[in-house]
Amino acid sequence: MTILSIFDIGLVVLILAVGAASIGMREAFSAVIGFVVYGLLLSIAWVRLSAVDVALTEAAIGGGMTGMLMLGAVARLRFAKGNDSRTSLPVRLAAGILCALVAAGLAIAVLSPPEVIPTLAPMAMENLPQSGLGNPVAGVLFVYRALDTLLEKVVLILALLGVWSLAPDRMWGGIPGLRVYAQPNSKLTFLAQLLPPVGIVVAVYMCWVGAKEPGGAFQGGTVLAAMWLLVMIAGLTSVPSISQRWLRLLLVAGPMIFLAIGIAGMVLANAFLAYPAGYAKPLIVAVEVALTLSIGVALGLLAAGPPERVQRP
Amino acid sequence: MPDANLLPDATTTDGVFLVLAIVLPAAGVLLSFVLGGRYAERIALVLLPSGFILATIILVDVWQSGHRLVYIVGDWKPPLGIALRADGLSAAMMVVMAIVFCAVAIFAYADFGTRAGSAEARAPFAFWILLMAIWGAMNLIFLGGDLFTLYVALELLTFAAVPLVCLDGRAETLQAALRYLIFALLGSILYLVGTALLYGSYATLDIVLLSRQIRAEPATLVAAALMTIGLFAKTALFPLHLWLPPAHAGAPAAASAVLSAVVVKGSFFLVVRLWFDVMPGMLGGAGAQLFGALGAAAIIFGSVVALQQQRLKLLIAYSTVAQIGYLFLIFPLALDAASGQLQGSGALTGGIIQAISHATAKAAMFMAAGLIYAALGHDRIAELGGIARALPMTIFAFALGGVSLIGLPPSGGFLAKWILLEATVATGQWWWALVILAGGLFTSCYMFIVLSRAVAPSGAPLKLKTAVPKYQEAAALALALTSLLLGLVALGPIDIIEVGRPDSIMVGSR
Repeated sequence: MTILSIFDIGLVVLILAVGAASIGMREAFSAVIGFVVYGLLLSIAWVRLSAVDVALTEAAIGGGMTGMLMLGAVARLRFAKGNDSRTSLPVRLAAGILCALVAAGLAIAVLSPPEVIPTLAPMAMENLPQSGLGNPVAGVLFVYRALDTLLEKVVLILALLGVWSLAPDRMWGGIPGLRVYAQPNSKLTFLAQLLPPVGIVVAVYMCWVGAKEPGGAFQGGTVLAAMWLLVMIAGLTSVPSISQRWLRLLLVAGPMIFLAIGIAGMVLANAFLAYPAGYAKPLIVAVEVALTLSIGVALGLLAAGPPERVQRP
Repeated sequence: MPDANLLPDATTTDGVFLVLAIVLPAAGVLLSFVLGGRYAERIALVLLPSGFILATIILVDVWQSGHRLVYIVGDWKPPLGIALRADGLSAAMMVVMAIVFCAVAIFAYADFGTRAGSAEARAPFAFWILLMAIWGAMNLIFLGGDLFTLYVALELLTFAAVPLVCLDGRAETLQAALRYLIFALLGSILYLVGTALLYGSYATLDIVLLSRQIRAEPATLVAAALMTIGLFAKTALFPLHLWLPPAHAGAPAAASAVLSAVVVKGSFFLVVRLWFDVMPGMLGGAGAQLFGALGAAAIIFGSVVALQQQRLKLLIAYSTVAQIGYLFLIFPLALDAASGQLQGSGALTGGIIQAISHATAKAAMFMAAGLIYAALGHDRIAELGGIARALPMTIFAFALGGVSLIGLPPSGGFLAKWILLEATVATGQWWWALVILAGGLFTSCYMFIVLSRAVAPSGAPLKLKTAVPKYQEAAALALALTSLLLGLVALGPIDIIEVGRPDSIMVGSR
C-alpha cells in the first residue's frame, strides 16, 4: 500500500465523516461550517482524480460561494428569530429513504462499469488545436458546447432576479441588505485593504490561464466576487443600488458579448457560436474576460441579497 | 467511439429559425434586464408575437418538407457538439405554447403594465423578464437534441418559474415558492445524475446517437429511473404533486396561467423525449403499466380533491393535477406488445393533443379566475352568485375551458380522449378506458358546481371592486376558443405530430 492510497482512503473516510456530521448537526451554523469543510475536502478529492478544473470550481462555488450564501441565510434567520422548528419525522424519513435509494442506484451503476468505458476525450483533444486553446475543459465550454455555457449565464441572471424579486415593493431599486461592519482601523479593514490587490491579480490570472490550463471565468469570477464582498463588508466601498445602469450593464455584459459573437459567427463563420478561423482564441478570451466580470458581479450581488434600503437622495 | 459515418445530421435549410427561437428570448431577457422599466414590457410585447410567427414558420416548414429541421450549433456535429432539431412534435407544441404566451402577455398588460413616466417597479420588471425566460426555456426544451442542453433548459425553466409563484410577496406564496423550488431542484439534480450516468456509458448525450446505442444495462436503467423520477417531480405527477396546488393557486393570475398551462408541460415533454426517442424499447410492459397507474391515480385523486375545494383557484390547480394524469396514460397505450417498443403514433398523438388543449383551456380558466377574483375581491366558490351576469364573457371563457377539460366535442380535449379511448380498445386495455371516462365525469361535476354557483342570482346586488378591462376577458376567451376548436385539427394537420419520428429513421438505418 503506497502513501497515496493511504491518503486516498483517509480522504474518503474524512469526506464521509464530515458529510455525515454536517447532516447530523443540530445547529444551522455548525452544519454550514461542516458543509464548507466538506466542499474543500471534495475539491482535494477532485485533484486526486486529476480533475483540477472541477476541483477549482468545487472549492470556489461548492465550498466558498455556497457556504457564504448559507452563512448569510443563517445570520438572517438568527436576526429574524424565526421558529427554526425541526422538520417532521415523516419528511426526514422520506428524505433519508430517497437518498438511500439514489445512493443504491448510483452504487449499482458505478460498481458495474462497462468493459470499455467509452469517452469523447480523445475526440475533444484531437479537434482542440483548431481553436488554439490548450485546456480541453475550456474547449468543451466555449467551443463544442458553447450554447450550454451561454445559457447557463442567463440562468445566473435569472437566479439574481429571483433574489431581487423577494424585495418589498417600496425597496425596489434600493441597496442590497448586505451587513456592513465599518470600523476604521479594525483587522477587517486591514484585511480588506491588503487582500483585494492580490485577489484581483489571482482572478485575472485564473481567467487568462483558463484557455491553456485549469482555471477560467467561473473560478476567476468567484475570486472577484469574494474580493468585492470583502471590500463592501469592511465599508471601504458602498453597496451599489440595484437600479444603477452600470451595474446592470456589467451583469449582462458577459452573456451579451458571448451572444453577439455567437450571432456574428452565423455571418463570419459557418454557424451560430462558431468562430472564424484563426480568431477563435482571441474571441474566446474576450468572452472569458467579459464573463469573469459579469459572474463576479452576479455572485457578489447574490450574496448581498435583495434590496433592503432605499438610497438617500 | 461512434463511427463518423453514423453521424446523422447536418444543418437543414431554414435550420436557422431554430437558433432564432432560442436567441430571441435570450436577447430579450438580457436587454430588458439592462434597460428595465417600460422597456421590459415593450420588448416582451414585440418578441412574444414574433415568437408565434417563428413557431408557425417552423411548423409549416416541417409540415411541408415532411422532415425534421436541424441546426448544428457551432458547426460541431454531435457527439462533440450540439444539434437543435424540430420534429412535428416540437413544432406543434411550440406553436400552441406561443399562442398561450401571446394571450398571457395581452392579459398581463393590465396587471403588469407600467404607466408612462413612472419608475421601474419590482413585479412588472420581474414578470416580463421571467415570461420571456420561460418562453426561451420551452423553445430549448422542444428543440434541444442533447440531454445536457435539455438540463440547461430545465434550469432556465425552474429559475424563471419559481419567482413567478411569489411575485406578490405574501408569506404563504413565499412558502409555496420555496416548496416548489425544493421539488424542482430535486428533479433537476436527479435528471443531471442520470445524464452523467448515460454519458459515462455511451460517451454521447445526443438523442439520436444515444437511441442507436442504448442497451438495457444496470447503469442505463438506473439513469432512466433517476431522470424519470426527477421529471415526474417537476411535472407534479401524483404522488409528487404536493407542491403544485399552493404554488399555482397563489401566484398572480397571469403567472398561474403560464405555470399551469406551459411550465409543467416542459418536463412532461422531456419524459416523452426520453422514453419515446432515447429508449423506446426500454420501458417494458410493467413500467408502462406503472406510469399509467400513476396517471390514473392522479386523475382520480386530483378530481376528488378538486371537488372538495372551497376556492376557485385551488379547484383549478387540483384540476391541473388530474389533467396531468391523462398525459401519462399514453405510456401503456403506446406500448406495442409484440415488439416491446413505444410507438410514436396513436396514443402519443392523443397525449400531445391533450397537453396542448389542456394548456390553452387551463390558461383561459386561470385568467378567468383571476378576473373573477379581481372583480369580487375573493374567489370563494360558494359566493360566486351573480358573477355570470356581471362578467358574462369571463364566465363563458371559463365554461368553454371546462368543455375542453371534460372532453365534449369539438374540443381538443374531446379529440385527445377519443384517440386515447381508441387506443384502449385497440390494445385491449379496458381498465384505462374506465379511468378516462371516470375522469371526464368528475370534471363535469366540478365544472357544474362552479358554473351553477356563477349563474345563480346573487342575494344582494353585486358590487364589483374594479372594472375588468375588456381585452383581458377577450384574451381568456380567445384561448378558450382555441382549445374548443383544437378538435378540428382532426380534419387537417393531425399527422404532423408524427413527422420526423425516430421510429421511421430506425427502420431506415437497420
